[in-house]
Amino acid sequence: MEILFILFAAIAVAGALNVILQRNPIYSAIGLIVTLCALAGLFLTLAAQFIAAIQIIVYAGAIMVLFVFVIMLLNIREEESKIDRQRYLKWLAAPLFVALLAEVYFVIRVVSYDPKPLPAQGAVPPGQILGTVESIGNAMFTTYLLPFEATSVLILMAIVGSMLLARRERTVSEVTIVTAEQIEAAQLEREDEAHETETVGAGH
Amino acid sequence: MIPLSWYLALSAVLFSIGVVGVLVQRNVIALFMCIELMLNAVNLTFVAFSRFLDQTTGQLFVFIVMAVAAAEAAVGLAIIISLFRNRETLNVDEADLLKL
Amino acid sequence: MSIDVGFLLEALIKIVVVFHIVLIILAYTVYAERRVLAVIQNRLGPNRVGPQGLLQPFADLLKFIFKEELVPLAANKWLYLLAPLVALVPAFMTMIVYPFGGTVNLPWVGEIDLVVTHFNVGLLYVFAMTSLGVYGIVIAGWASNSKYSLLGGLRSSAQMVSYELALSLSVIGALLQAGSLDLVEIVRAQGGFFGLGWHIFWFQPLGFFIFLISAIAETNRIPFDLPEAETELVAGFHTEYSAMKFALFFLGEYANMLTASVLATVLFLGGWQGPFVDQFPLLGPVYFLGKVFFFIFLYIWLRGTLPRFRYDQLMNFGWKFLLPAALFNIVLSAIVALFAL
Repeated sequence: MEILFILFAAIAVAGALNVILQRNPIYSAIGLIVTLCALAGLFLTLAAQFIAAIQIIVYAGAIMVLFVFVIMLLNIREEESKIDRQRYLKWLAAPLFVALLAEVYFVIRVVSYDPKPLPAQGAVPPGQILGTVESIGNAMFTTYLLPFEATSVLILMAIVGSMLLARRERTVSEVTIVTAEQIEAAQLEREDEAHETETVGAGH
Repeated sequence: MIPLSWYLALSAVLFSIGVVGVLVQRNVIALFMCIELMLNAVNLTFVAFSRFLDQTTGQLFVFIVMAVAAAEAAVGLAIIISLFRNRETLNVDEADLLKL
Repeated sequence: MSIDVGFLLEALIKIVVVFHIVLIILAYTVYAERRVLAVIQNRLGPNRVGPQGLLQPFADLLKFIFKEELVPLAANKWLYLLAPLVALVPAFMTMIVYPFGGTVNLPWVGEIDLVVTHFNVGLLYVFAMTSLGVYGIVIAGWASNSKYSLLGGLRSSAQMVSYELALSLSVIGALLQAGSLDLVEIVRAQGGFFGLGWHIFWFQPLGFFIFLISAIAETNRIPFDLPEAETELVAGFHTEYSAMKFALFFLGEYANMLTASVLATVLFLGGWQGPFVDQFPLLGPVYFLGKVFFFIFLYIWLRGTLPRFRYDQLMNFGWKFLLPAALFNIVLSAIVALFAL
């Protein structure tokens, strides 16, 4: 078990580092996909089989496909702009990272190895196993029905919102501002065309 | 049994990598991916606690976080597409005006 | 936690056996496709290598191996080489949950389940693996650095994400009746009526047709093979691929076809269930493989018969017809489950 944890953890961290260190977004995306799959493996070591499967279906199979789709649609090869006005953020990032790692050290030192089980809402009922479809379904459609419904409303809003945003509208620059000269020219053209068709018609 | 602290430590490392990524990266799509990474780090703690407290609640939270992340990705990527159409850039520093 | 060596050994032997069975089925699916298409198109097909051309798959394999390995100059080399593997590996990983049959008593071996393993989220596992397969196509399209490949990859990702919705929603009715996501349990639930309690007869015909159509779209087969539409996109995402790398894509596509056939069999046609299967458990694999081969034949038949959809027709069909129909099927199944069971 420890070997599995170390393996998956190493893959996850390597993928995550890939996400932030690559200049090319498609490499970042592949790094993130690797991390997500490794996390699914870690969920399996935590007896969360349903969540592990959903992790791959939803995150790796749907969300990341969308990311890759957009990267391909916009055909971004390299980072096209090298302007970096907020370079000071990089110097902010280093101490923050150190602070967070200090927090990790604190966590490892302080957290006890076996916390007492708390009897509370959402505890696994007798006869059910943690992490199976049945136990999660039971909790989701009884105790946590309201959050579940709220999520579905959120997703509906997201569908409508993204449809509205991504629809190709005529922007201001595309709406042609018609000047008087253009109208005149168009009218002249039309008259010319009319003449031509008339002459052609007369020829027949 | 793997101790809980291992999972928490891994999660903290992933989260901090995500934070650093948000600060360092200037590409909107890469920023977005770093946010997803942070969400996933938090998911790991949820699942780990759910295992060690023997409760389903943590896993349900993860489920809902995933649904929210999916919604967020759909809307966010739609915004990115319209940003790219209007500005021809994906650099967040160049998209700093409210008007076109 | 100690690791049970006996369990590991049994699983390993089963995996090796199933892997070879699947490989042989795939090899002969290619052969069968060429022969059946030939019959449909009124010609002979491969019949020179061995009796009736039965050794043709091996000849093809040799040909693929001895061809020159090419990497286009403008391609992104690592991703270009990675893509066929990403397409192939998840497609093969699904085979550990194929339920070939029930528990049988074999001579020398004893009681044995004719499935590598089955677990609580078996169906979700299959969906997870098939949803990873899209990356192979997308990465191939992007890494080849060719406009046909890129267009094929784009089309494929949009198509597969869209039809995955209808696909996953169409199975919910069947799951509702079986009351489980474990493939073996789903098959067991269809054992009634002398082994004919199949979901396609008992209240899921609509779900079956939606599943079948979206599965064909998911596997990028005619009439939904837009990602590799040869009249518009040369060969779509694998335009730049040759030799063994092309063969790997090909194998991945056929493995996905097999997975889709197995899922259709398990979810709607009762898997290994059939008349007299309780008395003679060894009939199980025969029924199972028979049903799977029927679906593979259906795939080939459709390829020989139907023209290709246009891209906008494909998208409209998926979102405006299949998805609402699948939702309607869920409501219907819920009502049936509430009153009839």
